[in-house]
Amino acid sequence: MSELIRKTAAELGRMVASGEVSAVEVTQAHLDRIAEVEPKIDAFLHVAAEAALEQARAVDERRAKGERLGPLAGVPVAHKDIFTTVDMPTTAASKILEGWRPPYDATVTRRLREAGLVIVGKTNLDEFAMGSSTENSAYKPTRNPWDLTRVPGGSSGGSAAAVAAYAVPLATGTDTGGSIRQPAAVTGIVGTKPTYGGSSRYGLIAFASSLDTPGPFARNVLDAALLHEAFSGHDPLDSTSINAPVPPVVEAARQADVSGMRVGVIKEFVEGEGYQRGVLRRFTEAVELLESLGAKTIEISCPSFAYALPAYYLIAPSECSSNLARFDAMRYGLRVGDDGTRSAEEVMALTRAAGFGPEVKRRIMLGTYALSSGYYDAYYGSAQKVRTLIARDFEAAFQQVDVLVSPTTPTTAFKLGERVDDPMAMYLADLCTIPSNLAGNAAISVPCGLAEEDNLPVGLQIIAPVLGDDRCYRVGAAVEKALEDRWGGPLLKEAPSL
Amino acid sequence: MSTPTETLMPFDEAMERYEPVLGLETHVELGTASKMFCGCPTTFGAPPNTQVCPVCLGLPGSLPVANAKAIESTIRIGLALNCSIAEWCRFARKNYFYPDMPKNFQISQYDEPLCYDGYIDVEVDGETVRIGIERVHLEEDTGKSTHVGGATGRIHGADYSTVDYNRAGIPLVEIVTKPITGTGRLAPQVARAYVAELRDLMRALGVSDVRMEQGSLRCDVNVSLMPRGGTEWGTRTETKNLNSLRSVERAVRHEIERQAGILDAGGRIIQETRHFHEDTGTTTSGRSKEEAQDYRYFPEPDLVPIAPDREWVEKLRAELPEPPSVRRRRLQAEWGVSDHDMAAMRNADAIDLVEATVKAGAPPADARKWWMGELARRANESGKALAELPITPEQVARVCELVASGQLNDKLARQVLEGVLAGEGTPDEVVERRGLRIVSDEGELAAIVDQVIAENAEVAEKVRNGKIAAAGALVGGVMKATKGKADAARARQLILEKLGVSG
Ligand SMILES: [Zn+2]
Repeated sequence: MSELIRKTAAELGRMVASGEVSAVEVTQAHLDRIAEVEPKIDAFLHVAAEAALEQARAVDERRAKGERLGPLAGVPVAHKDIFTTVDMPTTAASKILEGWRPPYDATVTRRLREAGLVIVGKTNLDEFAMGSSTENSAYKPTRNPWDLTRVPGGSSGGSAAAVAAYAVPLATGTDTGGSIRQPAAVTGIVGTKPTYGGSSRYGLIAFASSLDTPGPFARNVLDAALLHEAFSGHDPLDSTSINAPVPPVVEAARQADVSGMRVGVIKEFVEGEGYQRGVLRRFTEAVELLESLGAKTIEISCPSFAYALPAYYLIAPSECSSNLARFDAMRYGLRVGDDGTRSAEEVMALTRAAGFGPEVKRRIMLGTYALSSGYYDAYYGSAQKVRTLIARDFEAAFQQVDVLVSPTTPTTAFKLGERVDDPMAMYLADLCTIPSNLAGNAAISVPCGLAEEDNLPVGLQIIAPVLGDDRCYRVGAAVEKALEDRWGGPLLKEAPSL
Repeated sequence: MSTPTETLMPFDEAMERYEPVLGLETHVELGTASKMFCGCPTTFGAPPNTQVCPVCLGLPGSLPVANAKAIESTIRIGLALNCSIAEWCRFARKNYFYPDMPKNFQISQYDEPLCYDGYIDVEVDGETVRIGIERVHLEEDTGKSTHVGGATGRIHGADYSTVDYNRAGIPLVEIVTKPITGTGRLAPQVARAYVAELRDLMRALGVSDVRMEQGSLRCDVNVSLMPRGGTEWGTRTETKNLNSLRSVERAVRHEIERQAGILDAGGRIIQETRHFHEDTGTTTSGRSKEEAQDYRYFPEPDLVPIAPDREWVEKLRAELPEPPSVRRRRLQAEWGVSDHDMAAMRNADAIDLVEATVKAGAPPADARKWWMGELARRANESGKALAELPITPEQVARVCELVASGQLNDKLARQVLEGVLAGEGTPDEVVERRGLRIVSDEGELAAIVDQVIAENAEVAEKVRNGKIAAAGALVGGVMKATKGKADAARARQLILEKLGVSG
C-alpha cells in the first residue's frame, strides 16, 4: 500500500505543486486503495478511474508548463452522487435516475475541476439524501470502516466511509438535517455544514431547498477548510447564494486558538434522553479541554430546539414532495409502463411507484399532506414559526457566546438493519444537527474520542453564527491539535486496518 | 359536453331577469429578451425545443434566477393599473402534474402578489365603466402540448401528444379583476372593452407584443348570474383561453344566455371550467371545479423575496407613458376624426401606424385614408395584421407627398403601394421602375386629348352641345391611352377648352 494515501490533502497538494510526486501517481495510489477497500465498504456508486487519471494528467501538464497550481491541485476527491457531473452518471442513489447523464456540471463540480481536484468517482448516499444510515440507497448499503457490521451514517455515508477508509483524502457531501456532520461523527472524521447560501446548490439534486447545504469531508480540520474554500463562494446561478466573501476558514484552521473565546454548551443537548453514556463522556471531556485551552464555557438554554425535529419533518418533506415531482418519466430517467396503451398520468404513477424507495415515498406523502389545503397552516405554517423561534434562540445565544457546542449525534454508529423498520429512531440521529439547518448557520463535527462501550468514534459539534464558518474551524482545529497531542496522532489510527 | 336539455334564453330576456357578474383573468406574455428564470431566448416560432436549458427543462439540480426586467415590467403594469406595489413579496410554487410542466410545479405568486388593488376605466357606448383590479402577479408559462389524433384536440382521446418547451418559462403576468357588477346588458361589451384597453395599455408600456392570436394575451372569463333584485351571486363558470376580443364578447353573451336558460328551467349551474368554440359561438364543459385540484401552494424556497426599492418604484411611475385612452382622445382631436372613425382605426390596430405616418409628414386625413383603405384591404387579403405589412409609415407618408405634389394620382399611388408591398423597393424606386409618374408634358397630353376627341366624335359633339357630363368618357379615354398616368383634372380641363365649353 502506497504511503501516499496516508498523507493529508494539504501535504499531497504541496507535493504535487513542488513536483515531488505527480498527480497521476497520487491518483493511481488512491484508485488502488479504492479497489482494495471498496469490496468491504461499498462507498462508491461509480468509480471513474480513466476520467480521474485524465484529470490528473492535465494537472501534471499544467505544472510542466510552469503554471502555478492551487493548494489542492492533483488531490483526489470523492463526489457525493447528488451533484451533477457531465462525465459521470448522476443518480442520487435512486432507481428513478438510473443511467441518467446530466448535460451540465453542478457549480460545486465545476469549482472542484477549476481547483485542479481529481474527481475519482461518485459516492453512495441515502436515496435523494433522505436518511441517516445510507441504507436507503436503492443500490447498496455502505459500511462503516470502523466496524463493517455498522452504518457509516447518512445521507453522505459513502463520502464519509471513503475518507475514513483512506480511499480519498477529501470528499463532498450535502447536509440537509445533519447528512455531513452525523456521518463524519460516526466514522471519526471531520465534516462541515457551511452557512446556508455559502456554497452553491446549483446542480445539487434538491431534497429540501431551504435546508440543503454542500460541504466538505476530510480527515483533519485544515483539509476540510481547504476543500470548503475551494468550492464555496457566491454563485449567480443560485439565488439563495450569499453575495459575500468566503469566511477565512483556512486561516482560522491554521490559527487553531481558542484563548479568550466564549463557548456555550447547549443545555438541551446534554440532558435529554437517548444519549449514549460514552458519547456524553467524550463530550464533557471536550468541553473541559476547551476550558484548559483558555476558552470560557457557559451553559446556554435553547428551549425551542425541542421542536426542531418535528418542524424539520414537516418542512423537509413538504419541500421534497414538490422538488421530486419532476421525476415523472416524461423527459429523463426511468419510464415504466409506456406500452402505447397507457395515458401519461398512468405512466407517471407507475414510474414513480417503481422508481422511488419506501423512505422517499414516505416523505413525499408526508409533505403532500402537510401542504394540503386545510392542513397547511397547522403543519407547514407552524413549522415555519418554529423555524423562526429556533433562529431567535441562536441569535440570543450568539449574543453571549462565540460558538455553541454539543455532541454531533446522540449515539455512535448503529448496526446495519437496526433502525430500518423504525423511522423515528432513525430520525433521532439528527436531533442535535437539525437546528443549524433550520437556522441556516454554520457547524462542524470533529472527532473527540471513542465511546468506551463500543470503541466507536464520537463527534463534537461546534456551531457558529451565519457566515461565522471560520469560528467552527478555529475551535475545531484547536480541539484537534490538543487531542492529537494527547492521543499521539489522529483518532483514525485506532481504526482497524482494512 | 353540454347536456342535451340545455336551452338558451334570448339575451334581452335574460337581461330582464338576471344581473350578470363578471370576473376576468388575463395572462400577458412579457416581451423580455430572455425567459423568466433562465437565459433562454423567447423568440416566437423557433423550431420546437430549441430554446431550452437545464433550468427551463426543470432538470434535476437546476435552479431559477428571477429576470429583473420581468419584475420591472410587472411593476410598470401595476402602476399603470393604479395598483399598490408590494413592499415585500415572494414567489410561490403551484403544484400539479402535467407533462407540459417541466418541474410539475409552476413558479407563480399566491397570497403575496407584486401589485394589488388598482383599477382601469374603460368606455362602452360613451359610458365610462371603472373595473377594479384585484391583483397583478408574475409567473412562468408552461410548455405547449399538441395532442394528435382524437376528436377534441385535448389530451383525452388523443393518440399521442408532443410537448414544445420553448414556451416553458416565458414570463407571464396575470391580471385579475375584482368582480364586475352592475353593467347589465353591457356586460359582454364591457368584457371586450376591458381586454382591448389592457391590450392597448400593454402596447403603450412596450412590455408585450400582445398578439392574441399567438397567445401572448390570453383571457379567462368568469360569469355568474344573480336574479334581478337579488343580493346573492350565483355559481360561476370559467371560460378558458379566449384568444380574440370578439371571442371574449361572444363567450360572455353565450354564458349569460346558457346560464339563464338553466336557471329558468329550475336547474343548477355547475362550477366548472368551460371551453369556447369559435365556430359555433358556444361553450362546452371542461373540468369540473368540484373535483378541483389542491395546488399545495407554498413559498418558493429557491428564490429570494422581492422588495422593490420605493424610490425606484416612484421613478418607474414618473416614467409611465401617456395612458392609451388619454392618447386616443388627444389624437382624435388633433386629427379631427369622428368617434366612429377613431373606433374603426383602433379595431384595425391602425392608430400607431397612422400616428407614425403623420409624424413622417403626411396630413392625418391622407394617412388614415391609405391605412384604413388600400392597405387594410391588402392586409385583409393576405391574412396579416396591418403592422405586419412590409411597408413603413415613412413610405406611406412619401406616397401621400407624391400625390399631394401632383406627381401621382390615387390610382398610380395604389400601384406604388402594391410595388412596395411586393418588395420592389421604396415608393420612389417603384415609381421609377414601373414608370408611374403622371404625364405632365403639356404638349404630349394635348396631342393625346386631340386624338381621343377625334376617335370619339359623337361624344365630343354632345359635350360641345352643352352636355358637359359626357366629358367623363373622354377623360376616361385619355386615362386609358396614358395607362392611368395622366392627371385626370388637367385632362378634363384641356378637353373642355378644346371643345369650347367652360367647366
Ligand atoms: Zn432555459
